[in-house]
Amino acid sequence: MRNIFAEKLYKQAIKNKKIYILVSDISPAGNMIGFQKKYPDRFLNVGVSEQTMIGMCAGLSMEGMRPFAYTISTFALYRPFEMVRNDICYQNLPVTIVGMGAGTIYSTLGGTHLTQEDISIARSIPNMNIIAPCDPNELVDVVNFCCSKSKTPIYLRIGKAGEKNFTKNCKDKWKFGKIRKINSGRDVCFLSFGPIIKKAFDLRNSLRAQNISSEIYSCHTLKPFDYNGLKKVFKKFKLIVIIEDHSKIGGLNTIVKEHAYENGYTGKIISYSLKDEFIHCYGSQDDLLDKHNINTKKIYQNIMRKVK
Amino acid sequence: MFINHNKKMNRLLKAKIRCKKYRKKILEISQSVPALHIGGSFSSVEIVDCIYNRLKKNVDKFVLSKGHAGILQYVILNDLGIIKNKDLKNYQKKNGFLGVHPDYGSPGIMASTGSLGHGLAMVAGMALASKNKKKKFYILLSDGELQEGSVWEAALTISSLKLKNIIAIVDNNNLQTSTWATDPHPTLYPIDKKFKSFGWDVARCDGHNSNDIYNKIKLRSLKKPFALIAKTIKGYPISFMKNVPKWHYRAPNKIEYLKAIKEINNL
Repeated sequence: MRNIFAEKLYKQAIKNKKIYILVSDISPAGNMIGFQKKYPDRFLNVGVSEQTMIGMCAGLSMEGMRPFAYTISTFALYRPFEMVRNDICYQNLPVTIVGMGAGTIYSTLGGTHLTQEDISIARSIPNMNIIAPCDPNELVDVVNFCCSKSKTPIYLRIGKAGEKNFTKNCKDKWKFGKIRKINSGRDVCFLSFGPIIKKAFDLRNSLRAQNISSEIYSCHTLKPFDYNGLKKVFKKFKLIVIIEDHSKIGGLNTIVKEHAYENGYTGKIISYSLKDEFIHCYGSQDDLLDKHNINTKKIYQNIMRKVK
Repeated sequence: MFINHNKKMNRLLKAKIRCKKYRKKILEISQSVPALHIGGSFSSVEIVDCIYNRLKKNVDKFVLSKGHAGILQYVILNDLGIIKNKDLKNYQKKNGFLGVHPDYGSPGIMASTGSLGHGLAMVAGMALASKNKKKKFYILLSDGELQEGSVWEAALTISSLKLKNIIAIVDNNNLQTSTWATDPHPTLYPIDKKFKSFGWDVARCDGHNSNDIYNKIKLRSLKKPFALIAKTIKGYPISFMKNVPKWHYRAPNKIEYLKAIKEINNL
């Protein structure tokens, strides 16, 4: 995802001279190097100074630029939190804060490098919008949106590298603020966002073998959330499965359940979210997710029990 | 030589008259609100007056990083016709849009401040975006604000980027909300050498002398970002407010108000 992000941003920057990127001590890879070389006057590594990175993005925006702040998600959102809140969101500036390697992606680096509550935190800031594309293809549309159309602060939550594409043949186009149906089905509905959506596709295949059909949605815009789209999901399905690489507090789990209550939804909602616990284990991302019961096999067994 | 000297005296006199007017206006407003940051506003009067009335061109920007002196900025913007009388009248009121701390979007306000340590990085971003190298960015910080790490992050970045069109003034009144600035940080001084070691040009001045503020800024080297450490007195020039911590936030009662007005009239 980070390579696609850099590639698309570079392409947009050729046309749009207002685009400015600030990074905080992150080694530029791929097209980010190209951006840096071609437009040194619109690329800045501020060093290990995240508060300054965010404050400067506010200042750049006030002078008419379209800035992007880019670093590992924990340092993009948590470290400079008050600058994100006051300088960007309180002043309602169209700055995109890109949190790379979000959730549990940096699975061997320990809890200081994981963002299991970033959406919860970002969602509660007025004016802040949140986008978490599920694959590199979706990210292309998101970058285009952030470069020209967005009028508010955005927290863009992306993965790292090597993510698969799931939306290549998707009929439903990416649209800001809308949930996006990627596959159609009738028995189970999967709601997810970000690269963890892969688990929904794995499950879809296993379920299909049992003649259970499933529908998958990429809930890429976590704020503002597409409550109308969700209403349609409530109408169609009696079983909804949420899979997210995020705490059960304040993310998709909370969004869907709050709205289910308000709508009097009578079906079942099963959530696979991270527990409200710091993560002190290491290994692959799947090893970490497994500790929090986000395990494809367990989800499959649970769904089978529910549909029988 | 004599004409020049007269001109300077004339400018100083005019500044003194304006500053008296601003202080009296703040005192007048203090009588209709529960509290306002009068001490830190009074210490900055000559500095902010000098920026708006003597230094700043239309294209330049000024950010009040020590946002708690917002009332001072409003009073000067009102004097310049940028903030309307009726809006100033509604300061801190139900139907008004001017609160204690400046809000981005209010007339003449370039950034929302109030939480200390935010202004310098925002000004760095503004200066970086500006293609007009003659455009200057003035910023006023408090000395207590220098205890925020973000100030030094931004100070380092500004000198690394050679943002020479940034002029930072530190209101060195040596008092913060509750104590002397040196109580929590006995090593706060020397402030000028700290900025110098961060790659800035620095100077010190009497923060209550408009000509000294003006001259030190005008005579800066133009080779580096510039920090001016302006020595001031919190609550200046009111005898019972000077250097008394409670006047950081408190509004004077009627008797105190009348006494303060009398002292200003007798200056």
